[in-house]
Amino acid sequence: MGTPQQVFDRINSSLGASVLESSVAHGILALTVEAGRVGEIARALKDDFGFDMFLDVTAVDWPERKPRFDVVYHFYSTSDHVRVRVKTRVPAEDPVVDTLVPLYGSARYMERECHEMYGIVFRGNDDLRPLLLYEGFVGHPLRKDYPKRKEQPLVPYRK
Amino acid sequence: MVSRNTDTLPNPIRPAFDTGQTEGSVIVNIGPSHPATHGTIQIVAEISGERVLRTDVHCGYLHRGFEKECESHTWHNLIPYVDRLNYCSALINDFAYCEAVEKLMEIEITPRCRYLRTLLSEYSRIADHLTCVAAALMELGAMTAFLYLVTIRDYVYEHLADLTGARVTYSYGRIGGLSHDVPDSWLVRLAEILDEMDTFVDRVHGLVDRNRIFIDRMRDVGVLTTAEAINWGFTGPILRSTGAARDLRKDTPYLAYAELDFEVPTGIKGDNYDRYYVRMRELDESRHMIRQLVDMLEPGPVSVDDRRCTLPAKELVYNEIESLINHFKLVMEGPQVPPGEVYSAHEAANGELGFYLVSVGGGVPWKVHVRSPSFVHMGGVHRMLDGYQLADIIPTFGSVNMIGGECDR
Amino acid sequence: MTGSTAAGHERSAAFEYLTTKKDEFVGWARKFSLFPYPFVTACCAMEFMSVSSTLYDTDRFGAALPRFTPRQSDLLMVVGTVTHKQAPILKKVYEQMCEPKWVIAFGVCASSGGFYQNYAALPGIDKIIPVDLYIPGCPPRPEMVIDGIMKLQDRIARDRHPIINRDF
Repeated sequence: MGTPQQVFDRINSSLGASVLESSVAHGILALTVEAGRVGEIARALKDDFGFDMFLDVTAVDWPERKPRFDVVYHFYSTSDHVRVRVKTRVPAEDPVVDTLVPLYGSARYMERECHEMYGIVFRGNDDLRPLLLYEGFVGHPLRKDYPKRKEQPLVPYRK
Repeated sequence: MVSRNTDTLPNPIRPAFDTGQTEGSVIVNIGPSHPATHGTIQIVAEISGERVLRTDVHCGYLHRGFEKECESHTWHNLIPYVDRLNYCSALINDFAYCEAVEKLMEIEITPRCRYLRTLLSEYSRIADHLTCVAAALMELGAMTAFLYLVTIRDYVYEHLADLTGARVTYSYGRIGGLSHDVPDSWLVRLAEILDEMDTFVDRVHGLVDRNRIFIDRMRDVGVLTTAEAINWGFTGPILRSTGAARDLRKDTPYLAYAELDFEVPTGIKGDNYDRYYVRMRELDESRHMIRQLVDMLEPGPVSVDDRRCTLPAKELVYNEIESLINHFKLVMEGPQVPPGEVYSAHEAANGELGFYLVSVGGGVPWKVHVRSPSFVHMGGVHRMLDGYQLADIIPTFGSVNMIGGECDR
Repeated sequence: MTGSTAAGHERSAAFEYLTTKKDEFVGWARKFSLFPYPFVTACCAMEFMSVSSTLYDTDRFGAALPRFTPRQSDLLMVVGTVTHKQAPILKKVYEQMCEPKWVIAFGVCASSGGFYQNYAALPGIDKIIPVDLYIPGCPPRPEMVIDGIMKLQDRIARDRHPIINRDF
């Protein structure tokens, strides 16, 4: 309990050793962690700090940078009313992160969407079928190298 | 011209199951083009008799590539795309997005703009709840209630068309303020519409609230507990119907909500009836908030006087070279937003609508991501469908208020 | 029906008169008893709900009762954006409808893809099915929709309605 800054201070003092970077911007604490530690940080946030609602997982594509993708998670605490962002970096050759499905049910669909849009593989989520896209769609459209207008029609056009 | 094409059309989805688990069960497809699902959603259900054993919900039939489109438009030019996310309450999307960009640019909006944005957000919320309740009641067969609510919603649409120029998707918000100011005569008509709405909503209450058929169909159907709701990411009226008084307008106040006096209605059991009633009570609370805001409005500028985002006045554009260049750059290149990232959430009609923006400087965003409540709800709606009857899918789905544009983006 | 003698020529004129009157009668009946299939996807649905309700009524034109099965409807109103994922479903619904059938592309997304020119949206439903009437607008005002329905009704009235044709 407490003000957002108190909550952020408690998180920093307790998890400070496991994160690579930590900063507060626009009212949200942003933690950057290594790809392999996402699961344990998320579990700590949920069990010890009361971040019971999983808001979102998405990825950001930086094609000029190695590692290429940022995977970004947002969590919310319904009791303290604060948000936390957890970021990690994964390379394009091996874009694998652990799944959060055992912790939060809502992770299922959000990880499916992140997978089909960027190609991030969530290890442990056995249901990574296309959700917003369709069967037969080749490629990951939100990557910067996928041309916006490249259509893959399912039904051939007439005339 | 009769088509003799007997080639099968490709199936765009792969269902999670295509054989039944229990004996005597049948796999049924409640298809994407269906009269009683709002928008296009496909539910593959395994039913045994009339009981639904398990469901697999497929959304994505309205995926229009919002994020990819946003990456090739300037920060201002993508406001129409943002409108069409939750098209029932388009102004809330506008203002949530504009506030996220304003946070990145560290702009503070004027007081009049703050009150107007709050007023219009509540007005849009009213339109959304009217649509949701009207459609849900129509699917149960209550045509009269549907016609009442759609009539009053039409008055709201015409009224907003008087202000913004469009009935459904307005594109009225601008970074740093609004497109133009609200005339006082508009507020006069607003008071009339709110009074008429009182009458219409009372009629619907009278028709439906204690109706034996309605209670039998909606009570104890689609029950959700608070712990389940939070685990599956439900926010908004669905979470409130389970009994948890969680509302971003009270918990993390934004715009002018901290200065308003309103309650957060909650339900008891988390069933369909509670979701209907929470929405009806929220209509009352929104009207109460709008009446307070009309009294709190004071004259003043509606857009912040900041050259980085506000278009200069036309007299200056035609007479001064600096304003001309400023206008030109704002239109052609877009407002220059400093590099950074922000996540900003508003309480939309369905729940927490969050915008995650990534900027690398310049007038075009690097990434615009929407955390849409309907999409997250689709991940958890099977908890409300499994175990109930096949005919209960319709009212449960209606009470979840899945808006296709928001779910699929 | 064709004849080169004078008597045969008069007979074919009478026959043509009857078939023209029959076409007018059938056209009148068909135009005032349209059964729309609202293939509703996106934001235009709000305007479709408005145009079906009391303030702008499609019941005045006989087009009030939606039939939610393609087997029983004759007017396919495609309301809203059709994406590539939805395209097979649209084609299947169109093919399931019986003749005579008409298609209205309601809204600019159904007509041409609207401003969604990307990998996901079908750039107009006329890429996969033939369209009789395009109603542009994002979303179109209810008055435009009614104007469109009236134009379609004029077209149906003036059309030829062969009762028995080769495919029957």
